[in-house]
Amino acid sequence: MEVTTKSMPYEAWKDNEYIEKLVNELKESGTNVIVGQLDKLINWGRSNSLWPLTFATSCCGIEFVSLGAARFDMARFGWEVARASPRQADFMMVAGTIVNRMVPVFRRLYDQLAEPKYVIACGSCAISGGPFRKSYHVAKGIEDIVPVDVFVPGCPPRPEAMIYGIMQLSRKIKVEKFFGGVNRQEKQKEFLESHPVSGVND
Amino acid sequence: MANIQEKIAKLYPEATVEQADTLTITVDDAKWHALATTLRDDCAMDYLITIVGMDWKESLGCIYYLMSSKTNEIVSVRVSTTDRERPMLHSVADLWRVACLYEREVYDFYGIIFIGNPDMRRLFLNIDWKGFPLRKDYDENPALNPVSIENERQTDLTDTWVEENGKVVKKEVEVFSPEDFVVNIGPQHPATHGVLRFRTAVDGEEIKKIDVYMGYIHRGVEKLCESLTYPQTLHYMDRLDYFSAHNYHHGLCLLFERAAGIEISRRAQVIRVMMDELSRIASHCLFIGTYCMDLGATTMLFYTLRVREQILDIMEKTCGARMTFNYDCIGGVMQDLDPDFVKDVHALLDVLPANIKEYNKIFTGNVIARHRMEGVGVLSKEDAISFAVTGPSGRASGWACDMRKLKPYSIYSELDFNEVIATEGDSMARFKVRMLEIEESAKILAQLVDNIPEGEYCVKVPKVLKIPAGSYFEIVEGCRGAFALYLESDGTTKPYRLKIAPPCLPLAGVVDHITRGTKIADLITIGGSLDYIVPDMDR
Repeated sequence: MEVTTKSMPYEAWKDNEYIEKLVNELKESGTNVIVGQLDKLINWGRSNSLWPLTFATSCCGIEFVSLGAARFDMARFGWEVARASPRQADFMMVAGTIVNRMVPVFRRLYDQLAEPKYVIACGSCAISGGPFRKSYHVAKGIEDIVPVDVFVPGCPPRPEAMIYGIMQLSRKIKVEKFFGGVNRQEKQKEFLESHPVSGVND
Repeated sequence: MANIQEKIAKLYPEATVEQADTLTITVDDAKWHALATTLRDDCAMDYLITIVGMDWKESLGCIYYLMSSKTNEIVSVRVSTTDRERPMLHSVADLWRVACLYEREVYDFYGIIFIGNPDMRRLFLNIDWKGFPLRKDYDENPALNPVSIENERQTDLTDTWVEENGKVVKKEVEVFSPEDFVVNIGPQHPATHGVLRFRTAVDGEEIKKIDVYMGYIHRGVEKLCESLTYPQTLHYMDRLDYFSAHNYHHGLCLLFERAAGIEISRRAQVIRVMMDELSRIASHCLFIGTYCMDLGATTMLFYTLRVREQILDIMEKTCGARMTFNYDCIGGVMQDLDPDFVKDVHALLDVLPANIKEYNKIFTGNVIARHRMEGVGVLSKEDAISFAVTGPSGRASGWACDMRKLKPYSIYSELDFNEVIATEGDSMARFKVRMLEIEESAKILAQLVDNIPEGEYCVKVPKVLKIPAGSYFEIVEGCRGAFALYLESDGTTKPYRLKIAPPCLPLAGVVDHITRGTKIADLITIGGSLDYIVPDMDR
């Protein structure tokens, strides 16, 4: 099974290994035909209308604005419905540095996203702390705070790189399984159990 | 200048006055408030550029940089204390209103308490933060201040220290009274232009008070710079106000070059100024777009980004990036201009007038836009100076504060351009000033584009750059206002202290003042028209 998005040949992707691994996992777990088709239908819908959360802390956010404008036009892919409320968004593009004070807020935003939810770490600050890694007030990558689906390197990444990153995400969604055994979400559950938030009662 | 020197020497014989990089007065803390009053009232030093907190190891202290809005002279005052356990200085928050915010910043970084400041909370860091990060003996062990996903502790109380019968006593004051209805806006809000948080006390629809909460993108750039060599510190300038990347780079390069005694070629100067003005146009274009979007006119964003993309293309060809260019370097610029540069700039200048006309047609004259902006958020000239609101926002209040005119650097003194000044001081004026500044920047570009001299784009500088011991100060015009830099060197390859005084911090400080009594919907209009960049104010 070749997992790809519209008008993008399978060979054009730079990293097919992980997606093949996911496909194999899917095949090995096995499922009945009807449920499999239902999964496919749901994934088709989900992967083609990813709604981002308007979330930007610094420089990368400006490239995200460019992504929304006429030149790069993310509306071509169905990602243009940027929501200001996490309750209505599917994924958050973490565009910019996350500092100590922002961490609880950021985690809360993630918790407020409705399932299924995805995170893209966009730019070197979100991935590792980037040029500010040695600072006293910067989180060294968001991987310790929330589970990350796609990393987009760059400082800031070009809008084309962001498009590639979100396309990778939609490709990942295409091999998800929502009925029966859930391959991705179990990992997320494990993660959340190992990184609990106490003192939040809502 | 001699005038001030004489006056101070006569009135305060114990203060030492010396003419170094700027006129520097060193005074005891006990006399500081009286001296500050004299400077402000008799010497017309009404603009407090910045307060530089300092740790000289044997003492802690502050350097106040003052400028006169009438004579454009700059004076610095040094005040220090040897007490490291409980350092205290007298506040000047009653003389310059912006000082309240600046002193909170110094307190946050150095732990210096200001006697008489009404609000001595930390500015960027949590109330439970251990230690003061910019002190030289700060313990950077991450176990002391771990990254935590727990919500930070918050309080509605603040401390103030007052003198009573010769003794300093601490008092607790409420930021909001228990009856206040406080609405939280931000840090995740599409109209705050980044992660800024307003705690807003409202009475029905009317705003009673705003407590600006920052630090959600405080990255500790000043501390990071102390561990890097001079050329390495430059790249952080791209990431403060990412729209003024060229201007900020220019400022820091000027500072280093002057301190190290490096002369750069005319070609490099022209290239730098052209890049500054190109980024000014791009920045103002994005301002117009996002501001109109805040007010509900989403389409404008697409019109203005068209011009911005065109400028980014020009920059990309020469600098190799769309943002964070890292183009200006010590001794000139990184690479020579792209062969297409002149042609591309001409193409830009050809389409600009039609675009500006279009913006005005679509938005400026619009009845809804006018009703939302005219007379909203009026800032008087006196308040603009007292709050140190520079840049287009200050000029909209009638204050001629363009550093390109007041302290001409590089080749600005030879260029023919006007300083755009409006007198209304409302949101509409702030919007219009930026619109007109695009035209002025285009005028500068038109003068230079066909006159780029031949020569080398970067002069040879020593591989290991050392700056003679001393203190240096530089002020340039960013896209949002006066950008000041202070460097203290101890003669090594790394700065002992590099203070970055961004224009956006005072812009956030003035929000409370100009929104009082206005409707909560106007907060978006006013905040948008000030055009602050949050990573710039937090650093």
